[in-house]
Amino acid sequence: MGVVFWKELADHFSSRRFMILLAIIVLTGVWAIYASGQSIRQEAEGIPTDFVFLLLLTSQSGGLLSLATFIGLLGPLVGIMLGFDAISGEYARGTLSRVLSQPIYRDSLINGKFLAGLATVAILWASILLLVIGLGITLVGFPPNAEELWRMLIFTLVGIFYVGFWLALALLFSLLFQRTVTAALGSLALWLFLAIFAPLIAQVVAGFIVPSPSTAEELTRQADIASIISRISPSTLFGESVNILLNPTARLLGIALPEQTQGILLTPLALGQSLLLILPQVTTLFALVAVCFGISYIKFMRSEIRA
Amino acid sequence: MSAVIETARLTKRYRDLVAVNELSLKVEEGETFGFLGPNGAGKTTTILMLLGLSEPTDGQAFVCGFDPTRQPLEVKKRVGYLPENPGFYEDLTARENLFYIARLNRVPRTDANRRITRLLGQVGLDNDGDRPVSEFSRGMKQRLGIAEVLVKEPKVVIMDEPTLGIDPDGVTRILELITGLNREHGITIMLSSHLLHQVQQICHRIGIIVKGKMIVQGDVDKLGSAILKERRWNFLLEVGGKADGLEAELRSISGIAEVEPRVGGWFLHCTVDVRPAVVSLVSRKGLSLLQLRSEDPTLEEIYLKYFREA
Repeated sequence: MGVVFWKELADHFSSRRFMILLAIIVLTGVWAIYASGQSIRQEAEGIPTDFVFLLLLTSQSGGLLSLATFIGLLGPLVGIMLGFDAISGEYARGTLSRVLSQPIYRDSLINGKFLAGLATVAILWASILLLVIGLGITLVGFPPNAEELWRMLIFTLVGIFYVGFWLALALLFSLLFQRTVTAALGSLALWLFLAIFAPLIAQVVAGFIVPSPSTAEELTRQADIASIISRISPSTLFGESVNILLNPTARLLGIALPEQTQGILLTPLALGQSLLLILPQVTTLFALVAVCFGISYIKFMRSEIRA
Repeated sequence: MSAVIETARLTKRYRDLVAVNELSLKVEEGETFGFLGPNGAGKTTTILMLLGLSEPTDGQAFVCGFDPTRQPLEVKKRVGYLPENPGFYEDLTARENLFYIARLNRVPRTDANRRITRLLGQVGLDNDGDRPVSEFSRGMKQRLGIAEVLVKEPKVVIMDEPTLGIDPDGVTRILELITGLNREHGITIMLSSHLLHQVQQICHRIGIIVKGKMIVQGDVDKLGSAILKERRWNFLLEVGGKADGLEAELRSISGIAEVEPRVGGWFLHCTVDVRPAVVSLVSRKGLSLLQLRSEDPTLEEIYLKYFREA
């Protein structure tokens, strides 16, 4: 498996499309951080805030998306890019039967490919994190504290799972459709659906279940149903996790009635408490990755290799 | 000699289609076995089952003493497989492609490099080792495929249509390479093809498969008569000079059942070898014998006959 892993990793890093994506991510990332850093510097003159580094990741400025949203948007693309031709590409080139007629277990090929993809993602995320910290230190003038570091680290881990889901999905599609183009388009279509249409559909369905809410209770019920439905989409799960992780003062998901929020102190939550809040989201994300990869694994082990 | 590849009533069914039907074949150690059949006869399916890449529905196969379904790794350690149209990682160089395969076979780095240099020389690609495979012609890829198969130093090499779509010069080089492997390195070779004359050139034994069934297998030179079961004597006779009345006299020779006039001669259907009688008759009549050719159906004709039926 090691051999497959290193070869795939080398392939990823030397491929042209990886270079292009890396360039896009780094350029936009630097710009986003720089812009938010500038605005923070101006605001921080008056009110010194805790968690400046987390703010770097989440604050929107200059009409640009925040880095966290931006990464949430580009992450799936990275995953799909790394996975869509994993198996279908080998089919197309006619290399699959050659490789599988070597004395290796069949699963070491798919495991090696998946892990190499994950490692690539991890390296990418880690570099972005380091970039943020480095740029942040020069912009703000002091290093992040331990709490911020932990939160950013967990944010990275969740991010890797998130991209890992799209990687596993693209891998599955590349197995189901033996043509590379179909696999790529299929994954992209599902991404569009889950990221953009799923929340819309959730709204519609919730509106259907609770028509024309008049009381506050009905309103929250409708919103709850909408958020529950939209949680089938890993994008929503990721968005919610990131929201809680990078925003220590956030203490609940969805909407709350004024009487519920009455008396709440606006102090930041401890890391453990924030983690408890997003545990279901993170677990589901992890489970989705496992299920997706599991299906590809079983399918691949049983398939007949003709090309 | 012992059997390196042996199958017993090997069967593969795809829903209602029987791709391979109770196929039994035997390839002895050190021989070159030609697996002959039209497209879609089940050659590739059989090969895939021999390598454990596809599971037989029924029956058994043994390769180097191992069952490919149960111990595929043991089989793959010993058997090199060259698929039809072998594919390579196009953006890697020939050397890098071979190196990957060598590493998958757990060949140590230094050994692998030495081996690859030697193999590239052996297949005549010494100067192209560092070029990306995307620049290679089809014939070169096929030779690279042979080098790749040899990286693991196999005991048996299985090739699926090794000469498909390659120009005559390339075919000659590949056939020479294959013969060399067998003679100089003692590697047992099984190759599938639909081209009889190529198989006849380099194989010791052949098996003909049509519609998933093995029709016949045996030594190349004995196969024709084996198929016919009993030998018939058919000759084509051509003579020079005035051959008036020859036909009637031919008919009177005992053993000649029928005489069929042809352009410039006669076609004789006989029950025994009548050549001495015919020759002496021709010389008695003062004619010159231009040709007296045995017209037994060749392997080619038998092969074609089966092909048409298929």
